[in-house]
Amino acid sequence: MSWFTRKDKGIQTPTEAKREAPDGLWYKCPDCGKIMHTREHKLLAYTCSNCNYHERIGSQEYFELLFDDTLYTELDAKMSSGDPLHFTDTKAYPDRIRATEKKTGLKDAVRTGHGKVNGRDLVVACMDFGFIGGSMGSVVGEKIARAMDYSLAHRIPFLMISKSGGARMMEAGFSLMQMAKTSAKIALLDKAGIPYISLLTDPTTGGVTASFAMLGDFNISEPGALIGFAGPRVIRETIGKDLPKGFQSAEFVQEHGFLDFIVDRKELKDRLASLLDIIWKG
Amino acid sequence: MRTLLDFERPIAELEARIEEMKRLAAEKDLDVSSATAVLEEQLIDLKKETFRNLTRWQRVQLSRHPDRPYSLDYIQRICDDFIEIHGDRQVGDDKAIVGGFAKIDGRPVMIIGQQKGRNTKDRQFRNFGMPNPEGYRKALRLMKMAEKFGVPVISLIDTPGAYPGLEAEERGQGEAIARNLREMFVLQVPVICVVIGEGASGGALGIAIGDQVLMLENTWYSVISPESCSSILWRSWDYKEQAAEALKLTASDMMGNGLVDGIIPEPLGGAHLDYDAASEILKAEILLQLDKLEAIPAERRIDQRIEKFSGMGVFVE
Repeated sequence: MSWFTRKDKGIQTPTEAKREAPDGLWYKCPDCGKIMHTREHKLLAYTCSNCNYHERIGSQEYFELLFDDTLYTELDAKMSSGDPLHFTDTKAYPDRIRATEKKTGLKDAVRTGHGKVNGRDLVVACMDFGFIGGSMGSVVGEKIARAMDYSLAHRIPFLMISKSGGARMMEAGFSLMQMAKTSAKIALLDKAGIPYISLLTDPTTGGVTASFAMLGDFNISEPGALIGFAGPRVIRETIGKDLPKGFQSAEFVQEHGFLDFIVDRKELKDRLASLLDIIWKG
Repeated sequence: MRTLLDFERPIAELEARIEEMKRLAAEKDLDVSSATAVLEEQLIDLKKETFRNLTRWQRVQLSRHPDRPYSLDYIQRICDDFIEIHGDRQVGDDKAIVGGFAKIDGRPVMIIGQQKGRNTKDRQFRNFGMPNPEGYRKALRLMKMAEKFGVPVISLIDTPGAYPGLEAEERGQGEAIARNLREMFVLQVPVICVVIGEGASGGALGIAIGDQVLMLENTWYSVISPESCSSILWRSWDYKEQAAEALKLTASDMMGNGLVDGIIPEPLGGAHLDYDAASEILKAEILLQLDKLEAIPAERRIDQRIEKFSGMGVFVE
């Protein structure tokens, strides 16, 4: 009589197998409160139709937005973290990794892929903020470095989409050296004359800003993105004063001469293609 | 007046006892040499014992010891004719980074170092050894000049971090450090980096890309200070000792993980007890490394520099 009495306790359906619940049909803009249908929100590249607020999105969404027909070859998809330091804070590092993998369905905080953007070859590395704050450990550094090697070997322009709180503490010294490693590869791209475009998205701070994110031939961003080296809280504590409005926003950073341009996400793909069309004969 | 760390206190007490005994003996014209010899032997044993078993946090304390030699203390002792060069040619002269041409044992070098201050006024003047973007840009300008004149670069690292200030952000702290990383990889001249005190994160790395990256025995080098790590991961400042353990930030940890190339010993008890001896050891090591590095053709040296850093990282495939 098992169809009358429940044999297994609790809800067994994994999240991805669940039917879309009605409340997932609507998106409420956290900035202006505008309510939009999620389909419309997706069509607008996850920006608000009222105030143009750019919602934070992950590598999957960027790949869908950028690559023609969402076709791309993912590079080093299986790489995942080791635990070189046996790091334990309130939780052991490997447990934190496994839990985050399970929660996000990702292997680490960056994915890399090769595909076509309006018919032009492009290698893209895109960070996922959902994976331990998009922090950079060995896997992030190595995947970016290898994707850059791939760019070098095939002479394909490189796009880096950064979204990160900085280096990953749980890999300490190893994390720090990823800043060096990625910068070394950028020196090689530079020497080989291959374009390197760095898109800094909300938020990009710490060791990521202080390495590959600021080293683009073109440093570009999206409206309103937070970009900085030190986080706003740390700066506030250091200087003991409130920060001016708009401090460390993409517009602020452009005004101070560190961004080439800010692009609306809805126009990102076409703008990248136009830029490559002018500078790259490859 | 010497500043004593907790674990230095028993040593200082024993030292004081020996001094007192010698003073009394001299006053009363007695021979106590055999008794003091025993105590002096004990003193050496105590020092060895204490310094063999230092915890990671104690190493951090030593690296920040108020009496510890700073960049200019070493530069004065190991260089002849130090000609300090100021400014980044853009906005100013950062006092937290010093640098200039000099000769070591007759050999021309460009020597650059992060500089802390000794007293309150001096500490403020040096911004506590926390460089602004213009400091990193000055360092790069000096390195490029060294490259132009074919002179090797020596970089001394000692910083609690790049300055997290408002103007530092406006002037592109992240960009300044990032550019140094990229440019240091392709410098045509040999680059030797030595962590002489604190090596905090990107602020340290910004002048620490080299053919040889060395650490003095009682220094630390990591992605974050133990205090900040504690405040972020444990949400309290009280776990700094645990954080220091977890970060594996000492010279021997970093060496064991293949993240630095060598450890330079300090005089027993730490560099702060004998500036001259510490400088002699550092100087000898720099000269040795210069000999080795200058024997390698520039292009190969650059390739090796890039390959070394490219190999750092632990992951599973």
